[in-house]
Parts: sequence; structure tokens; C-alpha cells
Amino acid sequence: MSFFQASIEVSLRSSVLDPAGEAARSAAQSLGVEGITKLRIGKSIQLEIEAPTEAEARRRVEFLSDRLLSNPVIEDWSLELKNSSLPKAP
Amino acid sequence: MEIGVVVFPGSNCDRDVRWAAEGCLGIKTKFLWHETRDLSGLKAIVLPGGFSYGDYLRCGAIARFSPVLESVVEFVDRGGKVLGICNGFQILTELGLLPGALTRNKDLHFICQDVALNVTSSRTDWLSGYESDLSINLPIAHGEGRFQCNPETLRQLEDEDCIALRYLTNPNGSINDIAGITNKKGNVFGLMPHPERACDPLLGGIDGRSIIQSLIY
Repeated sequence: MSFFQASIEVSLRSSVLDPAGEAARSAAQSLGVEGITKLRIGKSIQLEIEAPTEAEARRRVEFLSDRLLSNPVIEDWSLELKNSSLPKAP
Repeated sequence: MEIGVVVFPGSNCDRDVRWAAEGCLGIKTKFLWHETRDLSGLKAIVLPGGFSYGDYLRCGAIARFSPVLESVVEFVDRGGKVLGICNGFQILTELGLLPGALTRNKDLHFICQDVALNVTSSRTDWLSGYESDLSINLPIAHGEGRFQCNPETLRQLEDEDCIALRYLTNPNGSINDIAGITNKKGNVFGLMPHPERACDPLLGGIDGRSIIQSLIY
């Protein structure tokens, strides 16, 4: 068995209005930070997984991302998976 | 005839539904804990409003995996009637029993107020007690009620006459002012407004009665 660390980014699809992102962009202007033309807020999920192969770990995390971590009707996700030598202590 | 009201950890309108159905309309009502799978003898099921499982991850995302909903999906397949109110509507979309999704209100506010609604389809039992194009008033109370779907789904909803209720003045940015939809078969109805809060004249209006009454049609 090998251990892997996965990082999943979930964001609203570009066609879906992100009012929280718009509010933060407006606050950035109030702070005096100029030039921000786009600001979108998403979620970041970190997990550790034990699996026989990297391909199997990827398959499981992709299934999880599709079925639980995101709602494909309004959200997209991306995944970064890397080998981890030992499971981290909880 | 008896109806079931599902109680998730975090539901907070379950007792309101019971008061509306049993207290105001004399419809026998039973609470169903989210871990039960037994829906025997029930005429209809209500998924009430609230914050099921704290609405962690997304509204309705965790509730979707509760044991009772496996039975609810079978119940719907057999033609049973299911009404999802507010958080219940969010759960129905997460489950895939209704299309689309509900997300943050356009202006980010939690909106708690009465709204005027247009009954856009009285095709199904749910709204057959109203005349088509009638305006009714129901309360809303939500932070994530902005209905979203892709253009193909919207066209399908319109073609199949599944858009049941629309806001007269859109409070949350929902696509095409949608406040409530049914499935094609007509036995599943999800809406963001709270009909159960408009059944007792003491609360200022009874426009929700016909929807609650239709649970036992």
C-alpha cells in the first residue's frame, strides 16, 4: 500500500455568478488595491488516502470529487495528487 | 391517510409542517428520523426546511446520503408524492430527484420576508387548488435560494411545464424567477417558499394551505 496526499479545489463554474467573490472584489477596491478584474471564491479540500497504486488513489478521489465534494451542476473541481511516504499523524 | 415528515439533524421546520398539516388541516402526520428506512403506510413525504447536517459542504450535500432518502427515492419511483420545502428543495436537487441547484442569494443576504408568487403551472396535484396565473403570498427564509441550471435544463423545464412557481419580484437572483419546480411525472415538488408558514390565519395568510392539503390528494 502507498500513501497519497490530495488537494481538491472546488469553484463555482465561470457561468455562475459568485456574489461572495464580487463582494470581496468590491472590498479590495475599498482597501485601495487597484486593478483586480476578477475574484472568485472556492473551497480547498486536503485529504490523505491509502491505496495500492497512484492510479487507484486518483480514481477514488476523482469519484469523491464528482459525487460528494462538488455539485457538477454549478461547480468545477481540479485535483492535485502526490505521493506521501508516510501517513501524517492526525 | 398519513404523511411523513423527515427529521434530519438540523431540520427546524419539521414541527411547523406538522402544525400546518395536522393542527390546521387535520392530516395525520408522523415524524421520520433520518435513519429510518420504513415508509410503509405513508401517502406522502415532506422534506422540511432547516440546515440538515449543518449544511456542511453545500446545502443538502450530506443529507443526500442519509438512509431515509434511499427509501424516499424508491417511494418516488413507485409514484409516491414528495414535497421538499427550502432545505428540502436543496436536498431534492442534490439527490437528483429534481434538476438544477440552489446557491448563494445574489446579494448574499439571508432573506426572511413574504413574497408574491405567480402560479405558473397548475398541471400537477400540488397546485391544482389554485387557478393558473394566480398570485399568492408565501414567506421565504433562505440564504441559498438562487436556482441555477444550464440552458438545456431550463428549456426542458419549460417544455415539460415543470416550472410551478415564479417570483413576481425576484429576491435572490434565481434564473427566470424560478421559486419552485416539479418533476415531469408531477409527484415531486420542490420550492424555496414555506407553504407551511401560511396555513394558520393567525400568521397572516393561508395561501399555503392548498399545497399542504394536496399531500393527501
